[in-house]
Amino acid sequence: MIPRHYKLLFGILLAASVVMSVTLWHLHQRAHQRLIAGQDSAPTSAPEVAPAEQATLLMANDSDGSMLSQFHSLPLPADPGARARAVLAKLLELYSTPDSPHPVPGGGASVLQVFLLPAPTPAANANSTPSSSQPSSEQQTGPQLAVVNLSGSFAASHPSGIQTETLTLLSICGTLHANLPRVTEVRFLVDGKTRSTLAGHADLTITYLTGDNVSSEAAHP
Amino acid sequence: MRWTNCASAVLIACGLAALSAAAQPAPPAPQSRFVVVLDAAHGGDDTGGHLANNQLEKSFTLALSVRLRSLLAARGIQVVTTRESDATVDAIKRAEIANHAQAQACFSLHASESGSGIHLFASSLAPAAPARFAAWKTAQAAWVTRSLALAGTLNSALQQAGMIVTVGRTTLPALDSMTCPAVAVEIAPEKTPDKKSELDDPDYQARVATALAAALVEWRAEARQP
Repeated sequence: MIPRHYKLLFGILLAASVVMSVTLWHLHQRAHQRLIAGQDSAPTSAPEVAPAEQATLLMANDSDGSMLSQFHSLPLPADPGARARAVLAKLLELYSTPDSPHPVPGGGASVLQVFLLPAPTPAANANSTPSSSQPSSEQQTGPQLAVVNLSGSFAASHPSGIQTETLTLLSICGTLHANLPRVTEVRFLVDGKTRSTLAGHADLTITYLTGDNVSSEAAHP
Repeated sequence: MRWTNCASAVLIACGLAALSAAAQPAPPAPQSRFVVVLDAAHGGDDTGGHLANNQLEKSFTLALSVRLRSLLAARGIQVVTTRESDATVDAIKRAEIANHAQAQACFSLHASESGSGIHLFASSLAPAAPARFAAWKTAQAAWVTRSLALAGTLNSALQQAGMIVTVGRTTLPALDSMTCPAVAVEIAPEKTPDKKSELDDPDYQARVATALAAALVEWRAEARQP
């Protein structure tokens, strides 16, 4: 004769086993559904490539300290910030080639981001209304400040010297202005932070002007 | 009557003395002081660039500064240096030394393995009229025109000495705060098809220092012209 409390314990254990089996089956089904859903959202077609356009690159030459315009056909996104980053990536990619007249290691990945902001002109400051949420026509067509964020490895590996550092900065400024004429001022960051010099010489704390007549002049804050 | 004759005699004597003084040549005017500031870039913790054969930029610039100081002293030019040893001197201190010297020429000496020959740089600040009080970071603006003239004199003197020279403008914190005709001089190896000289070549260093000294003698002569 089986005692009653054994029967009761057996019943409870059997019920627990059934409940656990159902729960396990349910969890398995949910994981399977989630996996199927993930496969559906995976990209199955190649991303759209921006159409190739002609870009103007100001290429520096260390032998005589000159800068010459070169024209290259490359895919340029429509977004101005991405466009600026694309042309600068191409410029630094050419500088990293073995036969470059201005050898600088790092390549296109050295430009982390390019931010385009309305240039802080005195007139704009005087007319600006902080409460307005819509961008004014001045902001849509006026001069722009480009903030170029370079990688720390690029700055660390850049050759040291007044000429080579100055040429790198001026060719970046000139290339930005040539492809985005609204960019009249450029500031530089390294890994998102301000830095005193690029590689010990050229000042990175100032705002560089990119206008046609003041390509090598700098404005101090 | 007797008093009148005496007065006349005194007047005549004074007139004769004045005439004789006018006939004698005037004493030479004292030569205006001519001071040059030599700023050997980097130093101490700031090693500057790494040059060929494990040489550091801070050592090269100090050696050039010492050599140039000797050459200028031999030519009667007073020299003020921003450092005489491997010491850390920040950009503000360098400009302070140069500005206190009230120099007629200030050189910031650098070296690099990039490029070829001698690179001369004046400040990229836009020229501005001299003001009683100047902003520290843009004090050089009132001197940019003179700095460009100094760069021109250096350019012609160095080219006469057979050097390859490039002239440009740049932004260096110490240079932009100097209130004197200021030029950054960057020495690079000579890389031409018929002439190759490395930075550690003593003959090349001597030629550069001699050419810079000759250029400063020429600048002094130009500065003393009325």
